[in-house]
Amino acid sequence: MEKEFLENNLNVNRRHFLGKMAMGVGSAALGSLLLPDLFKGSGGAGDELPLGIKHFASKAKRVIMLFQNGAPSQLESFDYKPTLNKMFGQDLPESIRGGQRLTGMTANQDKFPLVGSKFAFNQYGQSGTWVSDLFPNIAKITDDICVIKTMHTEAINHDPALTFLQTGSQQGNRPSMGAWLSYGLGSENKNLPSFCVLLSRGRGNGQGVYSKLWTNGFLDSNHQGVQFSASEDPVLYLNNPAGIDMQSRKKMLDHLASLNEMGYQEFGDPEIHAKIQQYEMAYRMQTAVPEVTDISKEPDHIIKMYGADCMQPGTYASNCLLARKLSESGVRFVQLYHQGWDQHGNLPGEMPKQAEDVDRASAALITDLKQRGLLDETLVIWGGEFGRTNYCQGKLSEGNYGRDHHPRCYSMWMAGGGVKAGTSYGETDEFGYNIVKDPVHIHDLQATIMHLMGLDHEKLTYKYQGRRFRLTDVHGKVVKGILA
Amino acid sequence: MKTSTYSLKSLVLVLIAALFSCKNDKSVDVTNNNTIPEVVDFNFHIRPILSDNCFTCHGPDENQRKSGLRLDTEEGAFTALKDYDEDRFAFVSGKPHQSEAYNRLVSGDTSEVMPPPGSNLKVSEYEISLIKKWIEQGAQYKPHWAFVSPIKSKLPKLTNKDWVSNEIDYFIQKKIEEKGLTPNAKADKARLLKRVSFDLTGLPPSLEMQESFMNDDSDNAYEKVVDELLANKHYGEKMAVHWLDVARYADSHGYQDDGLRTMWPWRDWVIHAFNENYPYDKFLTWQLAGDLLPEENIEALLATGFNRNHKITQEGGVIDEEYRIEYVSDRTNTFGKAFLGLTMECAKCHDHKYDPISQKDYYSTFAFFDKVPEKGLFGTIDANFADPPNMTISDELIEDILTFINKKDTANVNVMVMKDSVGIRETHILNRGNYDAKGEIVSFDTPEAILEYDTNRFKPNRLGLVKWLLSDEHPLTSRVFVNRIWQEFFGRGIVKSVGDFGMQGDLPTHPELLDWLAVDFRENNWDIKHLVKKIVTSSTYTQSSVVDEQKIAKDPENIYLSRMHRFRLNAEMVRDQVLASSGLLNEEIGGPSVKPYQPDGMWSAATSGRGLLKKYIQDHGDDLYRRGIYTFIKRTVPPPVMLTFDASNRDQCEVRRLTTSTPLQALIMLNDPTVLEAARVMAERLDEESLENDDKINKAFKLIVCRDAKEEEKNLLMEYYGDQLSQFEADPEEAKKFIDVGEYPPKEDRNDVTVAALMQVIHTIYNMEEAITKS
Repeated sequence: MEKEFLENNLNVNRRHFLGKMAMGVGSAALGSLLLPDLFKGSGGAGDELPLGIKHFASKAKRVIMLFQNGAPSQLESFDYKPTLNKMFGQDLPESIRGGQRLTGMTANQDKFPLVGSKFAFNQYGQSGTWVSDLFPNIAKITDDICVIKTMHTEAINHDPALTFLQTGSQQGNRPSMGAWLSYGLGSENKNLPSFCVLLSRGRGNGQGVYSKLWTNGFLDSNHQGVQFSASEDPVLYLNNPAGIDMQSRKKMLDHLASLNEMGYQEFGDPEIHAKIQQYEMAYRMQTAVPEVTDISKEPDHIIKMYGADCMQPGTYASNCLLARKLSESGVRFVQLYHQGWDQHGNLPGEMPKQAEDVDRASAALITDLKQRGLLDETLVIWGGEFGRTNYCQGKLSEGNYGRDHHPRCYSMWMAGGGVKAGTSYGETDEFGYNIVKDPVHIHDLQATIMHLMGLDHEKLTYKYQGRRFRLTDVHGKVVKGILA
Repeated sequence: MKTSTYSLKSLVLVLIAALFSCKNDKSVDVTNNNTIPEVVDFNFHIRPILSDNCFTCHGPDENQRKSGLRLDTEEGAFTALKDYDEDRFAFVSGKPHQSEAYNRLVSGDTSEVMPPPGSNLKVSEYEISLIKKWIEQGAQYKPHWAFVSPIKSKLPKLTNKDWVSNEIDYFIQKKIEEKGLTPNAKADKARLLKRVSFDLTGLPPSLEMQESFMNDDSDNAYEKVVDELLANKHYGEKMAVHWLDVARYADSHGYQDDGLRTMWPWRDWVIHAFNENYPYDKFLTWQLAGDLLPEENIEALLATGFNRNHKITQEGGVIDEEYRIEYVSDRTNTFGKAFLGLTMECAKCHDHKYDPISQKDYYSTFAFFDKVPEKGLFGTIDANFADPPNMTISDELIEDILTFINKKDTANVNVMVMKDSVGIRETHILNRGNYDAKGEIVSFDTPEAILEYDTNRFKPNRLGLVKWLLSDEHPLTSRVFVNRIWQEFFGRGIVKSVGDFGMQGDLPTHPELLDWLAVDFRENNWDIKHLVKKIVTSSTYTQSSVVDEQKIAKDPENIYLSRMHRFRLNAEMVRDQVLASSGLLNEEIGGPSVKPYQPDGMWSAATSGRGLLKKYIQDHGDDLYRRGIYTFIKRTVPPPVMLTFDASNRDQCEVRRLTTSTPLQALIMLNDPTVLEAARVMAERLDEESLENDDKINKAFKLIVCRDAKEEEKNLLMEYYGDQLSQFEADPEEAKKFIDVGEYPPKEDRNDVTVAALMQVIHTIYNMEEAITKS
């Protein structure tokens, strides 16, 4: 009974579950302390899933997505193109552009002058992975990550591209990836939401984020991403009001449960018991969330590793550390958004600051997970919604340039559970404009993430308005080449 | 042309045939209780199986059709199969074992079996038995029920009519009896009053109303209350909430920068239209074609804002035409979902997989909404709150015509409206739905399977489209609306999939009732209040919601309504309940949306940093206590409390909200300052009244739960009050902190300790399951 109680998919199992539940759960159950985390000591996540949807043995149990919102340039990070430096200022050959549609921002340019990275590249690790000087810490972990150089998408503007990556569709109100995984795999920890969202902002030109990016769409709202904030209430209205401590709150909830139980005696409606359960979980969250968001007990070497910024709530570094803690506690999907990567102009001025804000903490997260033995079962994904053009947007000068949106190729990296570490996957042409080998479409990425989590992206469907929907729409292939 | 006229004739014949055959459907059992029914019906038993498992490859979409076999039409199903030399057929009337479709279903050969193993689809043993029996009984096809015009059937015969109040109950009781259930007795008066008060005004009954109803022993006491509530000025607000979901109304543009828009005068019109009880045909005509009426009508022009409520981009760099197409698609999809109850959007990129809506049909319908002189990207953020075409609402206009608009200052307001520019552009089929892949040019038309768009009767514009929708023989318009109104009161539609009356949608649980209501509604000149009153005065609606194990076992989802359902209040009502019961509610109607308490930083954390809406600037004073319908909706960061209680994010047309129960809702009721402030203000007021403590508590209980507290409830709350009193007496500083919540001015000479103790009790009552439940 306990186990079932822990499943977040109440609606699916509710009748079954209520049938089994003893009467009078009300006040007695509230006295208990936090129940132990589900996954600890069990054979692994997914052994007892609410929907029984897991299709095969998974490598990863949890996902942390480090979303670089605004589209960081691949040409200044992981896709080294010396040709562009050699051809500085020359026009992009029409044969290479091949009719690629342009955004309204550069559609009226009569020239497309090529520009190479202002920042040097070097090879790192046994893998010899190319990384630019902007990311010295990520350069140190190249043997733990797999760089995909051939991501491509269909959207050329931020909103549809972000929505596409998160929900598999450019438009519409479809469930986000985290919601799908919560739906398919349930929760590992009944004291915390299974899908958590953390926002931060860098110093570069920013683009907004939208709650539809973590929406449950047509799935039950239990699967909605819960936004954590840097304010006093890490979760919406988590804290008791002033003047009320946990003991006082517990007393109130005991009385409340008795009142609700009286309602049940009159109506016999199982929903009343469900409501009592929800209050119990809320109470447990009040203890569990502050515990998990409290970084004051982290040892010095961890703080050093993530950087001093991690002590300041709401920074990317702080969110990375929090992501580790949430993930460690069994949160299925932790989604970070870091804004500020939209370098249409002044890229050489802005991008170093952006990189500086994320480089250390991103690498620290991988190292931290590895040291805890958690990297094997945690999938970490780093990247944005599309790439940036190899030609300059606006005026090109010796020291300054900008880059427009480029959907045909860009880089992401993945690490951890089931990913082939220390590799680069796919190749782009010498101009960094087209893919020449092993393309990875957004739907392929989604299919691969699902696969690593033990789910068949074609089988995890939800019937809504007469149609079976899935994250990958009607597309997507698992990218075998990046699987360990 | 010739072939289409011909097929149309045959369709009409089939429809006529169907009208007669429908009469035999009365005994059809919709539930899947795994006993094979005596008569297997194509519409109710077979088509759902075929649609779900076969139509993707053997359905309307020509490009996906395998082996030339088409199973969604009778003609296709009985055509000799192409893949065989000798004559073989998918179905052979009376002979399952000669029917290739049946043989494939039961085949043990993985290369033969259908659906193919790779499809992830499986037809169950039970379903196979149904198909077998259906073939044995003649394998008779029938037109899809929803595409046949409804007829008003005779009321079912009942042996005992004691329970019946009106026509609705005949249909409901008949089914209840067939299921071996018995209806519940009438709900107790207090519960009933709370239920109907929320359902008609979205607000709890006042103490005076409770008092007078409880003391009114006359036979028509309930009817009097219903009439009073229907005439209440808050009725329009309650009814508007659902319509704003349908119309995806919001106060921001929705994409990226998500700037301010000023569509609220349109929202004020919707409330006005419901309050004035505009008949549905007028309501619909004005919204879809108010700009095309023979005589210019300013109010009707405002109503066309319906079709401009979709999201609009302000993201620099987008391709203009790509987004303009997106807006026209949104209107087309909304039209399909809101008025036809069909998933039109499925035919945007290819022929519909299940329903007879071709891609050409989609773009022919799209054409009606494609003649607007508009841009995909009009300007950057804050350039304009109402992209053209728009209308300007001045003080003069409000004084003379638009008297219902609650404009707060003298500044003019611009509202987006519809306008056609004849000859502005041709409408093309767009291959794969891509804005730049123009195919064949199409003219105005609608899916023929629903009802022919006869150009002799219907003009080639949106006004013609409305006439088509409202024609007597239209099979969907009335059914779809009546079904959604039913859902408002019973939590689920007679057709559960309120937005999908197509092949993949749910079948009606009470088909004759749905049709009776649909025809009755039309015959009564589309009178919405008449329909609503019919529903709330039925015995079906007024019965109690008590449930026993037997009822749960026999009808767990309460499909047959042998009891009333208990419902959690929707997002807006939860807020309104808290404000109204505490006396904080500002009853003002309409006006610009307001920004009540919201946790800090939610907008700033998500903004691009541009525009008026980058930071949430909370309102003060009376504006903090407006009804939920007036809470400002910024699409990219919708009001978090509303969203947690399952409100729509207004991203696109929504016809049904889920009702979930989550711990986040509990946290809101426990810690949101809106709730705490209400408890504080009520405590301050009650604490001053010269009543005994138990009477104070009972009064709070009546304000919130809308009934007297039972003895055991009162005892428990009194014990808790005593406990809290001594707690706060021991620590008055804590009391002071606790009652220091909300901006509403505190009572000057309040007793901190007694107010705090009473506030705890009241706050507990607010958190009771019954407080935010209609039972």
